[in-house]
Amino acid sequence: MRKLLLLVLFVSVTMVTYAGGYRVSVQGQRAMAMGHTGVAVVNSAELVFFNPAGLVYLENKLNVSVGASGIFTDVIYQNENLGISSETDNSVGTPLNLYASYQLTDWMSIGLGVYTPYGSEVTWPTDWAGSQLVNNIDLAAIYIQPVVSFKLSDHFSIGGGPIYVTGSVNFNRNASRTTTDIDGVRSNITVDDSGVTNWGWSVGAMFNPTENFHLGFSYRSEIIIESEDGEATFANFPNSPAAPANGTTSFRAELPLPAELTVGLSYEYKKWLFAFDYNRQFWDVYESLDITFGNGQTSINPRNYKNSSVYRFGLQYDATEKITLRAGYYRDESPVQPGFFAPETPRNDSDGFSGGLSFAISSKLAIDASFFYLRFEEVDESYDFGDGGPFGGTYKSSAFAPGLGLTYKM
Amino acid sequence: MIKNNIKYLVILALGLVACEPEFDNPIEESGNFTSGDADFSAYVALGNSLTAGFADGALYVTGQENSFPNILSKQFAIAGGGEFTQPLMSDNVGGFVEDAVNFPPRLVLAFDADGNPGPARFTGESPSTSISANLGSSFNNMGVPGARVYHLDFAGYATLNPYYGRFAQSPTATVVDEAVAQSPTFFSLWIGNNDILGYATSGGVGQDHNETGNVDPSTYSPAGLDITNNNVFAAAYSGLVAKLAANNTEGVLLNLPDVTSLPFFTTVPNNALVLDATQAASLTGFFQAVAGIVTAQVAGTGVPLEQAQALASQYAIAFNPGPNRFLLKTDVTATNPLGFRQMTEEELLLLTIDSAALAQGYGSVVLTPEVLQILGILQMGGTPTPEQGAMVIAAIDAIEDKDVLDSSELDAIGAARTAYNSTIASLASANGLAFYNVSRDLSQAANGGIPFDGGVITSDFVTGGGFSLDGVHPTPRAHALVTNGILDAIELTYGAKLPRVNPADFGTITVSNEVN
Repeated sequence: MRKLLLLVLFVSVTMVTYAGGYRVSVQGQRAMAMGHTGVAVVNSAELVFFNPAGLVYLENKLNVSVGASGIFTDVIYQNENLGISSETDNSVGTPLNLYASYQLTDWMSIGLGVYTPYGSEVTWPTDWAGSQLVNNIDLAAIYIQPVVSFKLSDHFSIGGGPIYVTGSVNFNRNASRTTTDIDGVRSNITVDDSGVTNWGWSVGAMFNPTENFHLGFSYRSEIIIESEDGEATFANFPNSPAAPANGTTSFRAELPLPAELTVGLSYEYKKWLFAFDYNRQFWDVYESLDITFGNGQTSINPRNYKNSSVYRFGLQYDATEKITLRAGYYRDESPVQPGFFAPETPRNDSDGFSGGLSFAISSKLAIDASFFYLRFEEVDESYDFGDGGPFGGTYKSSAFAPGLGLTYKM
Repeated sequence: MIKNNIKYLVILALGLVACEPEFDNPIEESGNFTSGDADFSAYVALGNSLTAGFADGALYVTGQENSFPNILSKQFAIAGGGEFTQPLMSDNVGGFVEDAVNFPPRLVLAFDADGNPGPARFTGESPSTSISANLGSSFNNMGVPGARVYHLDFAGYATLNPYYGRFAQSPTATVVDEAVAQSPTFFSLWIGNNDILGYATSGGVGQDHNETGNVDPSTYSPAGLDITNNNVFAAAYSGLVAKLAANNTEGVLLNLPDVTSLPFFTTVPNNALVLDATQAASLTGFFQAVAGIVTAQVAGTGVPLEQAQALASQYAIAFNPGPNRFLLKTDVTATNPLGFRQMTEEELLLLTIDSAALAQGYGSVVLTPEVLQILGILQMGGTPTPEQGAMVIAAIDAIEDKDVLDSSELDAIGAARTAYNSTIASLASANGLAFYNVSRDLSQAANGGIPFDGGVITSDFVTGGGFSLDGVHPTPRAHALVTNGILDAIELTYGAKLPRVNPADFGTITVSNEVN
């Protein structure tokens, strides 16, 4: 058993998860450990996120899963022609998730989830070579979702519920490649807003051809975050009618949180469970990040994202009565198209490797641990629409996230 | 059990370390960039305002930071280059506390009440750099604004030019000796521009010592208005190279661009006398009257009428609707008794010309009511009195020599530059030094522009991106271009491989309305 644990750790550490754009796929410790599969896995209250239809098949009346991960990301940049290089400040994101479900009747369960599927935190050195595109960005969206799940038969169930989103953004970048005040200090703009809310929804369905075989489907709607009450700060602009005034003003901007469709299956064989999920993320809604400032300035930033797919594979093994081991892999396609590679979300295609385990402290309480490593190939890319011509070079990213959680059932 | 857990933690920690991204071919490492046969560990730059980073009519910190030697030193740093120090001014205002007349603050682009942009002196803060304070050491950047070729090895220059006095180690030190004393492994030398420029920017009021044959620079105009004799230039320049290239020190020489393609000379067109049909007819009539008056005057001195008419006919200048070239003051001679003529196509007006005066008739005729009345008499076929004739002729307001480079002045400038550049090129080749033909690039900027990733750099004033608001000195972006040109030359001569800079990352002019 020790050997096996070692092996799982080793495999997971040497190989590499996350998702394209600003999607952050860490919505459950158990699922995370299995390559973030779960649309057809009947396992815990994590189903509130992965497929609310499955909640009604959980064995226990009350199921609670809580967890948190620490995401360590790092991006490096260099341009061989110009002899320049930069590295992001190693930021640590801490997405949390909390899920609970309660079986009201034999045919109906209700649940509640709090999770953070979208976010981005990137901090480049201030005034770095790409500072006209981004100095730093901190984007977060918290989803709060009540769900209900109906068993139509032992073979088929449906579920879903409304989603309440509250988002925040803080984004700073320089006004251009060269604009400065009289002392050469770079002119820059910060936009800041929080408590931006909106509504969405998700639905799911689960089909169980046999007791060991599940097929799942889920769809989460697109939600557009519309920021209207935020504050934009213009700093270090030269004192001239040709430049915007320094100080604060309002701004308006929209950021889409794209819809996501998932289909998948799981199959149990003795102590083993295999899961496969296919995600389709509808990023094409993210055409442009347009910011209109209260002082009349505008900032148009084409994004032109494309829809993207993620292929996820997960494996679970009940090693002992108390220990369950998990491992997973996924291939994550980036929604970013060539020529639109902005260093605020510097993601290209990646391979995710994950692992983890659950340790049952008692029949009711288990500790869940997970980690993942996202491996990115280095990529030569550019963003061709900014001030002063294209900005490009070679990028390489990595992300690593250990996480811990608790599962309680009664 | 605890022991085992520690083992796992160690593996986990190793995994975390392995997660740090790393490039297959990181630019910091490996032999991506090399200095070739050159050694950049101690780079010293010699020259004038261009080397110093003078811009917008002043020397100030950000201009110095964007000087081509400073940019170059950062590229050198990737291939063994050492620290590069500069005699930084105290602020970004420029100018000296004690002498705002001769060393005023920098120019910024200000907008007037109607939104029209124009250069103006920055007044947002007061200059804080002392003209007499000595910085106490030599610097890698030995560029001295205003320096001519023979100044760099002139003991005593520190007392003449405060820009050198600021960091000269003694009153009798010379720039080149102080540079050599730093034991440079690499040098750049861009000198000679002022040996022509002072003559050009003052409209050629100084002397051309290729014409006078004066080879004693100590007798040249103290204000720097003269053209240095070609032999003086060659002797001084080769002396500098001999000292700098001693011990086979590597370096790069830069030649001299055509000063007449600077925006200082190309911004105000010489045909900005734009007339409508009525004005053109009226002005043509005026000069027919002038010719008539001159004919009468000359014939009155006993000259045959036909001869008098022939002489006076040069003043019967025809003006057309649309743009017309201005009139230029010349010497009064027997063949040109009034001392003016119309400008020729290639002659240039200076940026400093009073454009308000041009709008009021400077360059053509200042028509007063009295003059108009006399013209009326003439048109009616009347004969003006000698006083009235004199009043008409006095209304002619041709452009002064100080505001223009006429064709003979242009010839003098061109001939000197050609001779200087031939000296520079042959010394580069004779000493195995890298040579950057910056003249070619400036000519490209002035004739179509130099494209880069973010646009095109041209020599257009204010908007072109190549020249600062004084119309003579380059912007940071142009310094970036010069840097890339030097890097090309160094790679060619020394087999070095160095990263280029992106001109788009370098600014141009600074806007500010803190101009009173």
